[in-house]
Amino acid sequence: MDKPINNKAWLFVLPVLVLVAFSAVIPLMTVVNYSFQDTFGNNQFFWAGLEWYREVLSSERFHNALWRQFLFTGIILAIQIPLGVAVALAMPRKGWGVPVCLVLMALPLLIPWNVVGTIWQIFGRVDIGLLGYTLFNLGIDYNYTQDPLDAWITVVVMDVWHWTSLVVLLCYAGLVSIPDAYYQAAKIDGASRWAVFRYIQLPKMHRVLLIAILLRFMDSFMIYTEPFVVTGGGPGSATSFLSIDLVKMAIGQFDVGPAAAMSIIYFLIILALSYVFYTVMTNAGRER
Amino acid sequence: MARIDLNGLGHSYLKRPQARADWALKRMDRTWDDGGAYALLGPSGCGKTTLLNIISGLLTPSEGQILFDGQDVTHLPTAQRNIAQVFQFPVIYDTMTVYENLAFPLKNRKVPADQIDARVREIAGMLELKDRLHRKARGLTADAKQKISLGRGLVRSDVAAILFDEPLTVIDPQLKWMLRSQLKHLHRRFDYTMIYVTHDQTEALTFADKVVVMYEGEIVQMGTPEELFERPAHTFVGYFIGSPGMNILPAEVEGARARVAGHEIALPGRFGRPAGTTKLEIGIRPEFLRLGRAADGEGVPAHLKAVEDVGRFRIARTRLGDYEVAVMCDEHDEIPADDLRVVFDPQRVNVYADGHRMEGEA
Repeated sequence: MDKPINNKAWLFVLPVLVLVAFSAVIPLMTVVNYSFQDTFGNNQFFWAGLEWYREVLSSERFHNALWRQFLFTGIILAIQIPLGVAVALAMPRKGWGVPVCLVLMALPLLIPWNVVGTIWQIFGRVDIGLLGYTLFNLGIDYNYTQDPLDAWITVVVMDVWHWTSLVVLLCYAGLVSIPDAYYQAAKIDGASRWAVFRYIQLPKMHRVLLIAILLRFMDSFMIYTEPFVVTGGGPGSATSFLSIDLVKMAIGQFDVGPAAAMSIIYFLIILALSYVFYTVMTNAGRER
Repeated sequence: MARIDLNGLGHSYLKRPQARADWALKRMDRTWDDGGAYALLGPSGCGKTTLLNIISGLLTPSEGQILFDGQDVTHLPTAQRNIAQVFQFPVIYDTMTVYENLAFPLKNRKVPADQIDARVREIAGMLELKDRLHRKARGLTADAKQKISLGRGLVRSDVAAILFDEPLTVIDPQLKWMLRSQLKHLHRRFDYTMIYVTHDQTEALTFADKVVVMYEGEIVQMGTPEELFERPAHTFVGYFIGSPGMNILPAEVEGARARVAGHEIALPGRFGRPAGTTKLEIGIRPEFLRLGRAADGEGVPAHLKAVEDVGRFRIARTRLGDYEVAVMCDEHDEIPADDLRVVFDPQRVNVYADGHRMEGEA
C-alpha cells in the first residue's frame, strides 16, 4: 500500500519531539559530551577521546560493581518471578477476598522508595528495629551495617517485599482474563493441576510475564534509593551496585568524565540486555 | 454412548431458594435416549446452559439425580463422567499443535502412545484436520478451532454424550452450514448422544431429532420439529418457534366454539375450562390462516395493517378486534384491501389454559 506523504504531519509530532528533547535527548547528550572530555572546573574542557571509557572498562571497581549488579538482579528475578506467579495463582478470583488482596498487594508499591528504605533501615536495626531486635534476641548474629552477607540479605528481602507485588498484580491480571470455559474444558479433558498451569495459565500469562520480567530487570538493574538509604552501599562497598557506585564517583569524587563514561556504558548495558531479553522471550513464545 | 435420565432434577444458584423464581431450573423428570440428537432451545437466561453444565458435571444440582445408563453420576466429577463438551468460544490449548490438542485427553488418561496415535489420526480424518495435524492450533481459523475442541471430545472412545454450548456463535454464516451438516453426519455414523444448546431455532430444527424448548427454567416441550410446529405444548413454544410465531388470542371457549373479540371461531373438538384457570387462549400459526372477502361468507372481520414481503411469501399484518394477527399469504395471492376476513382452519387451532395446551374431546 502506498501511504501519502504529508510533511504537515511533522507539526503534530513537534510538541512531543520538543518535550522528549528537553527531558531525554539533551541531558543524555550532555552526558555524552562530558564522557569525551576532561575538566578541572572553571567550565574549561579538554578533549579526552576514549580515555574515560578505557579507564572505566578496565577498572576493577567497575567490574566489581557490575558483578554485584548482575548477582543482585539475578537473585531478585529468581525470587520475585516464581513467587509472584505463585501468589497470583493463590489469590481468590471472586468474592470479598479480591479487593482485600489487591489493596494489600498494592500497598508496598504506593510507598515512596526512600521511605521503603527508611522502613527497612529501622526495621532491621538491632537496637530499636522489630526485625533486628527479634533476631538479636533469638541469638542470631544479625547486623546489616557490619556483615556484608546480612546487608545483602536485607537489601534482597526489602526488594522482594517492595516489588513482588508488581509481578503478582501483572500475573493476576493475566489470570483473571482467562475465560472459565478453559478450566471447564481442562476438567473434561482430565487435565491435572500442573497441566492446567502449564498449558492454560502459563501460556495466557506469557505476555504479562514478559513485561513483568522486563520491568523487574530494568528497575532492579538501576536500583539506587533503597540500598542507599539502608546500607549506603556498605559495609565497605559490599552493596555498592552500579548506580550507587556511579553517584559516589560523580558527586562524591567529582570525577565527571569517568562518571559520564560509566553512565553511557551502564545505559548501553541495560538497553542491550533488555533488547536481548525481549527478542529471546518473544521468539520463545512464537516457537512453542 | 448412554441414555441420560434426569430424576426430579432442580437447581438454584441461591443457598436457600424460596420463591419459585429462585430456581434457575425447576424440578424436572426427563429421559434423553441413547444416540439421540437433542437441541436445547430457548431465550437467553432460560436455564439451557445451567442444565448443560449439570449434565456435564460442572455444576452439582441442588436437588434430584442424574443417571447415565441407570448409574447415578450426580456427584461424580466431570472428568469421570465421560462427557465431551464444545463451548461457545473455541477452547484450544494455544501452545500445542493440533495433534497434541487431540491427544491431550487421552494422554491425561494414560492411554498407551500407539493407541493415542491411531485414535488421533482417525478423528483427524473424520474432522478433515489431517493436513494440519502438526500446525500450531493457535493460528487456525475459528471453525478449525471449534473442530479441534469437538475432536478432543471424540477421541475418547467411551464418550457418553457430546454437549454443545452454542458452538457456532463465532463461526461465519457459510461455514455454519458446513459444520452443522458435518455434525449431523457424525451423529448418523457413530450414533453419539448429542445435546446441542442454542437460541437459534433454525439451528435447532435442522440439527436435532428432538427439540427441547426451555422457558424460565422449565422444559415446556420436548418433541420433533413437526410436533413443535403443529402442536406447541405451550404458548411460548408457539411464539418462539416459527417466523413469524404463532398468533395467540385471548378467548372464551364454549364446547367446540371459541369467542374472540365478539366473533365465533370453530375449534377441532370440545373444550372445557379446567378449574382454577385464569386465562384461556387460542393459538394458530400464520401458515394456517387465509385471507378472504366479506362476500365469501366465511371468516372473521379484520383490518389490514401492513404487508411484509419476505421472498417466497408475504406476511399480512391484520388487526382483529384489539389483537394483531399475522397471516401468511402466497406471493401471488391477492390481498383484499377492505371488507377483509381472516379464515381459520379449525383443525389447526390450539387451545391453551394458562399457557398450556389442552386436548379437545371429539
